[in-house]
Amino acid sequence: MSKLRSYIKTFTLWELWQGLSVTLFNFFKTPVTIYYPEEKAPQSPRFRGLHAQRRYPNGEERCIACKLCEAVCPALAITIESDVGEDGTRRTTRYDIDLFKCIYCGFCEEACPVDAIVETRIHEYHMEAPGENIMTKDKLLAIGDKYDAMISADKAADAKYR
Amino acid sequence: MSDNIVKVEVDGKEVEATKGQMVIEVTDKVGAYVPRFCYHEKLSVAANCRMCLVEVEKAPKPLPACATPVMDGMKIFTKSPKAISAQKATMEFLLINHPLDCPICDQGGECELQDLALGYGRDVSRYNERKRVVKDKDIGPLVSTDMTRCIHCTRCVRFGAEITGLQELGTTERGENMKIGTYVEKSIDHELSANIIDLCPVGALNNKPYRYSARAWEMVQRATVSPHDCVGSNMFAHVLRGTIKRVVPRENEAINETWLSDRDRFSYEGIYSSDRLLAPRMKSGGEWQDISWEDALEKLANRLNESDGANTGILASPGSTTEEFYLLSRLADHLGTSNIDHRTRRRDFSDQEYDPLLPWLGCNIEEIEKAGAILLAGSNVRKEAPIIGHRLRKAALAGCSVNIVNAEKYDYFFTVDQHVHDAGLVEQLAGIAVAAAAGKQLPAYLSKICDGIKPTEAQQAIASSLQGAEDALVITGLIASRHKASSAVRALSAAIANLTGARIGNLSEGANSAGGHLAGALPHRGKGGKPRERAGLNTAEIVAARLETVLLFGIEPDADLPGKEESVGKIEAQKFVAAFTPFVSESLERSADLLLPIGTFAETAGTFINCEARVQSFAGVANPVGEARPGWKVLRVLGNLLGADDFDYESSEEIRDEFLAGLGDFVPDNSYSGHKSIAAVNGADSLAEQLDVPIYQVDAVVRRATALQLTPEAKRTSGGSS
Repeated sequence: MSKLRSYIKTFTLWELWQGLSVTLFNFFKTPVTIYYPEEKAPQSPRFRGLHAQRRYPNGEERCIACKLCEAVCPALAITIESDVGEDGTRRTTRYDIDLFKCIYCGFCEEACPVDAIVETRIHEYHMEAPGENIMTKDKLLAIGDKYDAMISADKAADAKYR
Repeated sequence: MSDNIVKVEVDGKEVEATKGQMVIEVTDKVGAYVPRFCYHEKLSVAANCRMCLVEVEKAPKPLPACATPVMDGMKIFTKSPKAISAQKATMEFLLINHPLDCPICDQGGECELQDLALGYGRDVSRYNERKRVVKDKDIGPLVSTDMTRCIHCTRCVRFGAEITGLQELGTTERGENMKIGTYVEKSIDHELSANIIDLCPVGALNNKPYRYSARAWEMVQRATVSPHDCVGSNMFAHVLRGTIKRVVPRENEAINETWLSDRDRFSYEGIYSSDRLLAPRMKSGGEWQDISWEDALEKLANRLNESDGANTGILASPGSTTEEFYLLSRLADHLGTSNIDHRTRRRDFSDQEYDPLLPWLGCNIEEIEKAGAILLAGSNVRKEAPIIGHRLRKAALAGCSVNIVNAEKYDYFFTVDQHVHDAGLVEQLAGIAVAAAAGKQLPAYLSKICDGIKPTEAQQAIASSLQGAEDALVITGLIASRHKASSAVRALSAAIANLTGARIGNLSEGANSAGGHLAGALPHRGKGGKPRERAGLNTAEIVAARLETVLLFGIEPDADLPGKEESVGKIEAQKFVAAFTPFVSESLERSADLLLPIGTFAETAGTFINCEARVQSFAGVANPVGEARPGWKVLRVLGNLLGADDFDYESSEEIRDEFLAGLGDFVPDNSYSGHKSIAAVNGADSLAEQLDVPIYQVDAVVRRATALQLTPEAKRTSGGSS
C-alpha cells in the first residue's frame, strides 16, 4: 500500500508542488528582508557595538583610570596605564582596547562606575592595516564626541531599567 | 596548671590563654576572625574604632575584643547575632563620613574598610545629612594624604609615639571634627615614617610616588631583599608588566619585623631614572659610542689578555651580590692579580690581616633588644641602618642602658644614658678603655693611645654600665669603620669589650660586605676568607696606582670613593677603566673608557649576607632596563672569553651553591688578637661629618630616587661627603 502511495507521489511531483506552495504563499506576503545598507533593521539601545569613551558636558573626560573594566574584561582586551593627571586627578595615560580580542560582552560598560566606556550601536567598521584593531584613548574619545547625542539618548532610554 | 593560664571559650571551642591577653589575641590564635581597624599587633591598644565588638556571656553589652582582657571561664561569641549586629552598626557609623571614591583611591582593592564593608556594610546608606570634608595636608614627598577618608583609628599617631619615638602626626579637635595632622604644616621626617602607609587601614595615607600608577590586584608580588644597608630587610616588590611600581615590607620578625625604612621602600625609583645606561658604550677619540655587548666584552677580554694580569685592579661596590663578588674573585685569580677590594669607603687598612672573617653584628638583630647595656661607637645608626636604630630604641625602652660615643651629636628618640660627642672618637674610646681597665694593665699595643688619659665622669659611667650589665654589647658603626684611624678605634672597642665582658659587633657598608669578605673580594684574602700568598693593593692603593686596567663594579668614583673629586681624577689617570654600572654619570664618563650596563638589585638574582651572617637569596623581580644584564651573567661571559676554567655557570644558584660548598661551615667571630702598629690618630680625629654618608646618598640607586631626594632629610644633608 505504501509502495503504491509512493509511486503516485513520485509521478504527480507531489513534493515539488508542496515546496512551491511555500513560494506561492510568500509571493503574496509583505517581504521581511531589507535593502541593506540603504535600509537598516531596528536596533536596541542596548546594542553592543564599537566602543567609545565619553566626556562630561563641560568637556572633562569621564574615565578615572580605576581599571575595573580592565579587571572584568574576560578576553583581556583592555590595557590601561594611569598616572596623576595635569589637574592632580587620577587619569589614564594609555587606554587601549584590542578589537580582535574583544568579545563585545559589555562587561566593561557594566563595570564602569562613571559611565565612561560604552559600547555604541556602531557595528559597521573595518580595519585596513595591522594595528588598526587597537582602539587608543584618542580614537575612543573621538567616537564618543562624534556620537555623543546617540550615546546619551541610548543611556537615557535604558536608565530606568538600571 | 600554672596561675598564668586561663581557660576561655571562643565560639564554643575551649582555648587556653595567658592572663592579661586581650580577647582579640585569643580569637586570632584560634582563627576566629574579628573585624578591626585600630588594633595592630605592634601598637598599643586604642579601642577607638569599635569594630571588634564581640559578645561575651554575662556582659550586658558587646565588648571590644582588642581592649578586653581574658578571664577564666569567659565565653566569647564572635559570630553571634548580637556581635554581628554590633559590628554592622559600627560599620554604618564609620561609613557615614567615608567618601565613596574607591574607584580612584589607591587603597581600593587592598582596603580594610572596603573589605569589611562588603561583609558588614549595608547596601544603601540611611544617612542623608551633610558629609564631612577635611582638607588634605602636605606631609612631604613620600606620603600622600586624603584626610576625608580617615576613620580616626590613630594607628599612624600611635606609630609615631611608640615606634619611631618622633610624634609627627597627632589629632586635633574632637568628635566629628577630629582631624589627623601635623599641627604645624610640615613634612614627616623620620627614616621609618612611611610605614604609616601600610598601617593606614583606609586610603587616607598613601604612597605618594606610587600615586595612581597601578591597582593592587594587577601587580605581581615578588620577594626580594633590601640592597641599601647591612640589615637585609625583607621586602616585596610589586611589579606591573615587568616594572616595579612600589615596595612593601615582607614580615620577618628576626630582621625587620613588619617595618621597612623609607630608603628601602622608595629607592626603586632610582632604577627607572633617566641616568640608566641603556647599552654598552666605548670611548673612542674622546667620543662615546654605543656598541654591542659582543664587541664590548671582546674588547675588554682582549685588553685583559694583552695586559699584564698583575697590573689589573678590581673595585667592587659593597652592595654587589655574593655571586658577583665570587665571580670577580675568580676572575682576579684567573688574571693572576690580588688587587681586588670592595671596602670602598675604608681609609685605614693597616690592620686588615687581623680583620674578622666577615663583619658581624656580634649577635642576632633580635638579640639587640635583650641586651642589658649597649655602647654604640662611631655610628649615625638611624641613618646607617634604620632597622638597627629601631631595635636599639626598643632595647632602650625595655630598660637597656644605651650609651653613644660619637664625634658629633645626632638625635635619638629614646633615653640615651651617656651621649658623649665633645671629643674625637679615639680619644673618647681611650677614656672608656682606661675607665674599664680600672687600674688593670691595658694591652701593650694600646699604650701609645691610652697613656696619660684620665677618663671623664661620662666615660666612667659608660664603662661601669657595661661592666654591670648582664648582657652587654659594644657596636661600632660605619663612621668608626671609615675613620682615618679605624684600627685604633677597633683595638680600643675590642679592649673595652674584653675588659667589660661585653660582646662586640659592627655594622658594615652596603648590603653585602659580609658576602664580599667571604667570596674573596679582598686583596689579602681569597675565596672563603683564606689568606692570599701576597696581599694585593687595597682600595686606596688601587685608586692611587696607575694600573693598566681597572674594573669598576657598580662604583661611581665621585660618590662611592673617599676623596670624591680627587678620586675621579685618580681613576681618570688609570690607563684603561672599564665600568660595570647600571647608571652613567658625569664622573664615569670622564674617568672610564668602557661602560657596561649591569642590572640593579631588582634586575638580577643574587644573594646578600647581612650583618648577622644570614644568607638571603633572591630572584630578579623586574625586567632589565635597556640592554642591561645581570652582573653575574656579564662576568660569566667575560670569564668564558678569557678562557677561565669551569666558568660555565647557568644560573646564579649554581654560583651560590659552589660558593657555599667552598665555604663550608663558617662561624662569625669578632675576637681581636691585637696588633702592633695601630694607625696614628694625628692629633684631632676626623670630623664625623666628613665620614658620615648621608642616608640618601649611600649608593647609586638611592642617589637617583626622586622622592627620597626631595625629603627634608636629603635637602639638609645634600652637602655631605663620603
